Amino acid sequence: MDNRAPLLQVKNLKQHFKISRKYTTKAVDGISFDIYPGETYGLVGESGSGKSTTGRSIIRLYTPTDGEVVFDGRKVSGKLSKEDEKYLRTNMQMIFQDPMACLNPRKKVKEIIAQGLEIHHLYKDKADLDEKVDRILERVGLSKEHATRFPHQFSGGQRQRIGIARALIMNPKLVIADEAISALDVSIQAQVVNLMKDLQDELGTTYLFIAHDLSMVKYISNRIGVMHLGHIVETGTTDEIFHNPIHPYTKSLLSAIPHPNPVVEKKRVAMVYDMEKEGVDYTKGKLFQLTPTHSVLATDDEFVRWSK
Amino acid sequence: MTEKKNKKDRVLSIRDLSISFETGSGIVNAIRGVRLDLFRGETIAIVGESGSGKSVTVKAIMGILSSNGKIDEGSIIFNYKDAHGEEKSVDLVKMSPKQIRYQICGKKIAMVFQDPMTSLDPTMTIGKQIMEGMIEHEKISHAEAKERALNLLTYVGIESPEKRINQYPHQLSGGMRQRVVIAIALSCNPDILICDEPTTALDVTIQAKILELIKTVQAEKGISVIYITHDLGVVAKVADYVAVMYAGKIVEKGNINEIFYDPRHPYTWGLLSSMPDVDTDSHRLFAIPGSPPNLLEKISGDAFAPRNPFALKIDFEEEPPIFDVGGQHRVCSWLCDPRAPKVSMPEQLRIRIEKMKKEDLANG
Repeated sequence: MDNRAPLLQVKNLKQHFKISRKYTTKAVDGISFDIYPGETYGLVGESGSGKSTTGRSIIRLYTPTDGEVVFDGRKVSGKLSKEDEKYLRTNMQMIFQDPMACLNPRKKVKEIIAQGLEIHHLYKDKADLDEKVDRILERVGLSKEHATRFPHQFSGGQRQRIGIARALIMNPKLVIADEAISALDVSIQAQVVNLMKDLQDELGTTYLFIAHDLSMVKYISNRIGVMHLGHIVETGTTDEIFHNPIHPYTKSLLSAIPHPNPVVEKKRVAMVYDMEKEGVDYTKGKLFQLTPTHSVLATDDEFVRWSK
Repeated sequence: MTEKKNKKDRVLSIRDLSISFETGSGIVNAIRGVRLDLFRGETIAIVGESGSGKSVTVKAIMGILSSNGKIDEGSIIFNYKDAHGEEKSVDLVKMSPKQIRYQICGKKIAMVFQDPMTSLDPTMTIGKQIMEGMIEHEKISHAEAKERALNLLTYVGIESPEKRINQYPHQLSGGMRQRVVIAIALSCNPDILICDEPTTALDVTIQAKILELIKTVQAEKGISVIYITHDLGVVAKVADYVAVMYAGKIVEKGNINEIFYDPRHPYTWGLLSSMPDVDTDSHRLFAIPGSPPNLLEKISGDAFAPRNPFALKIDFEEEPPIFDVGGQHRVCSWLCDPRAPKVSMPEQLRIRIEKMKKEDLANG
């Protein structure tokens, strides 16, 4: 692992939602991970695993119940000072899943994209603002003429490009992409993933890429964390997760990826992960380090059984 | 193969179907001449991007086109046995929506929709929803219907059906809800099951289970299934026969091996290459440039030409006819014309197909 200081450190983050007096949902229950500058960290898991909640807690759409989030040396969990909040809001951005729902239908594309700069007064004059908007539009593969149109005049893939432009115009250090490609068509998914990779090479942005589709995550991520029921059960480099998975949940996710060969695919039977049958209790497990980058959440007993 | 099957086996045959929608900004020609056959016990997958017209095609079969939609021409012939075991053949295009509703929908042709939460009624218990169709169509008693509902729930893999039958949709998980929807679809023993993106709203792990369930059901009951999907992984798993749709037309069709091992249309090449492959180490995905055409405008020539790196001059001028390239394989592209220059598929895809063939040899 590189010795650079991590850009984002998440330590024992917990996000609980109180449903009633008696019942609390533990959406995220004590997870820790680091993201280093310039890399892409993929967070995968089924729906309800808490991966989106993690992203939203980090960017402070929710107030974390417990734990610590350190972003670029500043603590951004707990009570935020004015200065820290401004730093967080300008340097961390988010791309949402549904590109139609996240764009204000009453605003023109230009106004949507420029909004962040306007709020934080990050431009010299009107001409500077226009130039910045034009430049970012071009970078994400749209043209200047698109700036005066409304979101409904675009196709799904183009809308997602607007969402990406809005996030990147702030020149953020970290972008959280929450299922950014799940709502798009296959051919458009590939376009958007390639665009995000190109922009990363060009600008050095760091991504937290949240998705449920492991095959797409493989293309974009350097490291992957597998989440299940609010816990990170396994984390490692993309290579380690794909070639040496230890946790049965990771294995079941990998076995569910469709194979492009119809002959193989017709015979493939997905592995089933049954927590109760395995008798797994995540709260009892501890992290086992296989390599400096690869770790698994398990009890001593489980670890021996799984790594066979 | 197809030619040898006699006409009796043909459950559904769609001929020259054209559908247009009248919208505020003009007439949209959503379907432009679709021809498709479905045989008994066969699974056909219709693949394409959103807006390619795949959903509209099956909605026309079910007679549930939205009110601004109009079938301009064509026929959908449906062959079935009526209650007395007599062979019948009807043209669904000529029937009124009401007739289809009483005689066909749910009874002979059933449909599974994408999102199980919106296709189930949140105010009714699931038992009631399964029994509703049986009581209406088959005029059986409540007790008998309940017994069949319990059997169906067990059949689709829901544990403790006695308890579940009185529960409401919100008490079930996404995968279970989709199982209930399948149970409802099967309640009247249909001849055709249409699955419109049945697993898009579900997780990958559950997706595999639902597809396996539909496969078992089909094998045991011998029904024909139409899948609509944009996921080629799903197609590889379930389909016998594949139709690739683009801008309201079927651009390539053939059996599964013809499409996956010997694709001929540049759009199919693009679709297959943009499918992420876990085994390769390439770091760039192939993407089809541009976006699908706007069907509000009149399309001259091949609709895919502007996005096609292999487009010929004629592609922009004249619409390609359907070329027969052997077997069940039909391609709608000028590249298959004997006069066309030899064009081979993208390198990445060629390597993958070769690897797939090797895998097959290794597996016997």
